[in-house]
Order: sequence, then structure tokens, then C-alpha cells
Amino acid sequence: MTTVLDRPRSAAAAPPAKRRRYGERPSIAYLFLTPWVAGALLLTLGPMLWLLYLSFTEYDLFTAPRWVGLDNYVRMLTVDPHFWNAVRATSKFVLISVPVQLAAALGVALLIHRRSRAQGFYRSAFYAPSLLGASVSVALVWRVIFHDWIGDPDRALLALVLLAVWQFGAPMVIFLAGLQQIPQEYYDAAAVDGAGPWRSFLRITVPMLSPVIFFNLVLDTIRAFQVFTGAYVVSNGTGGPSDSTLFYTLYLYEKGFVEFKMGYASAMSWFLLVVIAVITALLFRTAKGWVFYSGDES
Amino acid sequence: MTGRLRVTGRHAVVILLLIPLLYPIAWLFLASFKSGSEIVQSLALLPREYLLDNYVALGDDLAGVPAWTFFVNSTIVAGACALANIASCSLAAYAFARLRFRMRGPLFAFTLATIMLPVHIITIPQYSLFTKLGMVDTFWPLILPKLLATDAFFIFLMVQFMRTIPRELDEAARLDGCGSIRIFASIVLPLVRPALVTTAIFTFIWTWNDFFTQLIYLSSPERLTLPLALRLFIDTTDYNAFGPMLALSALAIVPILLFFAAFQRLLVEGFATSGLKG
Repeated sequence: MTTVLDRPRSAAAAPPAKRRRYGERPSIAYLFLTPWVAGALLLTLGPMLWLLYLSFTEYDLFTAPRWVGLDNYVRMLTVDPHFWNAVRATSKFVLISVPVQLAAALGVALLIHRRSRAQGFYRSAFYAPSLLGASVSVALVWRVIFHDWIGDPDRALLALVLLAVWQFGAPMVIFLAGLQQIPQEYYDAAAVDGAGPWRSFLRITVPMLSPVIFFNLVLDTIRAFQVFTGAYVVSNGTGGPSDSTLFYTLYLYEKGFVEFKMGYASAMSWFLLVVIAVITALLFRTAKGWVFYSGDES
Repeated sequence: MTGRLRVTGRHAVVILLLIPLLYPIAWLFLASFKSGSEIVQSLALLPREYLLDNYVALGDDLAGVPAWTFFVNSTIVAGACALANIASCSLAAYAFARLRFRMRGPLFAFTLATIMLPVHIITIPQYSLFTKLGMVDTFWPLILPKLLATDAFFIFLMVQFMRTIPRELDEAARLDGCGSIRIFASIVLPLVRPALVTTAIFTFIWTWNDFFTQLIYLSSPERLTLPLALRLFIDTTDYNAFGPMLALSALAIVPILLFFAAFQRLLVEGFATSGLKG
């Protein structure tokens, strides 16, 4: 191991506190990072740039992309009714399923967070659907159990919302871990002061848990935008009836991989990316008003 | 006395909630023993009569290939992805957690940001890349991204874990003449074994369930995985096909349930703590 004896190239530049950590050659880090760098360039950054280019072209995968300017975007935003149906179905799904799922997750977490011998079992039992929910197996079960609903444009989406809410165990587990970090003394002190359970929930639990609530909110929202399997299986890949379950991802799949209109699908992809980025940014902006990090004196 | 009543009440509520929650899974397994017409007619949990016909029917070929092919294919894909993720993510995580190099902060932030990047967005350019490489309808488009550490969630999980290892251990090893590679292989890796196992199992389960990517890339019958085989049943309106469909659905989730039963603590806690420190 000859590398060990190498001195850092600029020991003086290293901050004094970390002085002891020499023997490191920066190049060794790049060795460890090689697969990651290749993946980031070839499978993430490169494709995203190429996607941007493709969104301004007409492309069917087999012939070279043909530049069409803003055509795809214009058609998408002004002509294609299915596009707006997809936006509507997805928005509805996100707006209903995320709050309901998080409320269920928080409610059940509060119910089982007191230590008991059964807690481990409960936690696992509630978490299990999160591991199964994305499978085609469960989607097929939904198709059979809710077969009266999925033919009805008003209730088909509701069946998919239920499928999402059914998987509340994932955020619940995160809430539980957060609840367990709130010191019991806070509740004891509040009880001495005569605060009831509701008051201590509002004054202690919610503010102390707010970073975790925020984390779950962001992650769940992004996750909800990506739901695909349930909608595909329940509607037989059509997004029906009357586009009521035409999730954005499903329509993207249809355009890109059934009709091979890849330029159009690329424009749709960029649109989704921008929407998700804007929503995340907005959520972060509101966070300043209601998320408290410990150590914050406000 | 009231305290005890309250605790009992709490358990009762929890159990009342668990029943509808676990019903669909229980129903799936029990319904797989029902006849096709009974499946359609009733949502009752228990079959009128336990029939093995649906499982026997899986002995017939599906799309011209025997049903075990789908299990083999799913196992190959999910297993390879799990191994690939362990290898590539641990390498990257070690660099981010322990080594110093230029742009470490921004690059790590970039990795975290890609956790939130929906896969659907980069599917189109990736698909055309894999088309050019002649890899469509092989397992490579599913495995290669894992070999190249694109699953940022697991890098993050391992970085969190590695940060809990006392630095004194690395430094002692360094004084003893170990280089970064030795330290990684013989000190860090053994100590983060729980994170490696968590990564492997989550990757396995998520890949096993993944429908979208496999739907896009795989098409030949002999390369179909379980989710794709199950898809063949979707447009059937023939009640007689409902039985085998549920039998195959039930078999498809058995490995997940077994993994979960064996590693539930690790999975639940791995998931919980990764979320908390975010």
C-alpha cells in the first residue's frame, strides 16, 4: 500500500481542525466515485439535457429527431384535451391522497407510539402494505375487489386513492421515529401545568414533529405524482373511464411507448419536472412559517 | 383502573384498524383457492370450497413459456440489482462520508436532489440510449443503472450509517499503514453490514415489484418477469382466468412476505431513520 505514505498536496490549505486526517489522496476518492460519476453523467445529467433537446423535436425512436421548435409544448398546452385530463386526474389524486394518507399515518402513529409489547408487531403490520402496494398483485386484487367502482368515472379515482392511503405505513414509521424523539418531560411539564391531551398535541407534538411532517409531506407529494402501476392495472392501461384515472405518468407512457411520440412525451416529461420543482420550492417556502427545527428559538 | 381500560381500548382500536388493512392480502391468498365464478360473485374471505385447480392451472404455459420462467427472471433481475446496489452505492457512500475531494458538498447535494427525481422523467432518453446500445429486451437496462449507483436513496442511507462509525477507527488504521481501500474493505464495510442488508432487501423488493421499467424494456415471452406475466391477465374478461390470475398474484408476493417476516425490524428501522435525518 504505497498510497499511505503520500502526503496531502497542500497540507497548509487544510483547515486546522481536520489536520489529522492526512494520508488522503484526492484521486483515491475519484476511484471510489467512478461508478457514481459514470451514472450521474450517462444516466442522469446527459439524459436530462437530451430530453430537453428531444422536447423540441419530433422523434419516433427509429428515425432521427426532427426539430419542430415549441410545437410539442404548444400542442400539449393548448390543443390536447387528454393532457389536461391527465393534469386534472393527477392533481385530484395528489390533493386527496397525500393529506388523507399523512393524516392516517400521524393518527395511527399517535395511537401506537406508547411503548408496549405489541408495538413492534403493530408497526410491522401497518408497514407491510407499503411494501406490497406497488405490486401488480395488489393492483389486481384492487381490480377485483373494486370492480363496481372502476367502471364509474366518479369512483374509479377513489379506488386508487384508497390504494394509496392503504400504504400509509411508510410515513407512519417515520412519524413514529419522530415521536420517540420528543422528550417525555415536555409532556409531563405540560400536564403539571394542567394541559389536556389536545392542548399538548397542538403545543408540543405538532411543533416538535413539524420537520418530520414537512419531510413526509414533500416526499409523499413527489411520490404521489409518480403513481403508475395501480392506474395502469385498474384501467387496463387506458386511464379510463373517461380519462378519470389517466395519471400523468400513464399518459406519458402511452404517448412515449405505445404511440412512440417521444418528442411529445419529452415535452411532457419536462413539464412534469418543472411542476414538481415548483411545488417542492413552494413547500419549502411555506416551511419557514410552520416548521421548527430544534435549536430554533422562534 | 381507568388507565388499564384505556390501554385495552387503544389495543382494540388498533386491531379494528388492522382488520380492513390486512384484509386485501388475506383475501388474495384465500381467494386463490376459489373457483373463478366465486371470485367474481363474492368478496367473502373464506372459500366455499378449497380448490387447488388455480395452482394446477399454472402448470400450463403462459404466453408460450412455463410459469416458473417468470420467477427465475424476476429473481435474476431483482438479485442482480440488489448486488449491484450494494457494490456501487457503498463505494460512492464511502467517498461522500469519509474522503475529501473537491466539490464534495455540491455533488452530495446533487445526489440528494436526484432522490426526488421521478424515474419517469428520464425514461425516454434512457430508453433511446439503451436502444442504441442494443440492450432493449435484455435485463441490462434494469441492472446497469444500479451498477452505476443511480439509486441515491441507498447512497444516502449508507452515508448516514457510515457517519456513525467513530473516525478514530479509520485514523488508527491509517496509522497502522492502511490505505483508503483497505479501510473501506476491512473496517467500514463490515461495520455497515446492517445498511448493506437493508439496501439489498429493499432493492430486491422494489425491483421485484417494479412494473414500469420492466414493462418498457422487456417484451419477449421468455424474458418476462412476474409483474409482466401478471399483466397478461389484465384484459381478460373470462372468469375462468381469474383463479389462475390470483394464484400467480399470491405466489408473486410470497417472497416479499418472507423477506419482510425475516428482516422486518431492519427494514422498518432502516426506512425510519433514513427519513428522520433528512
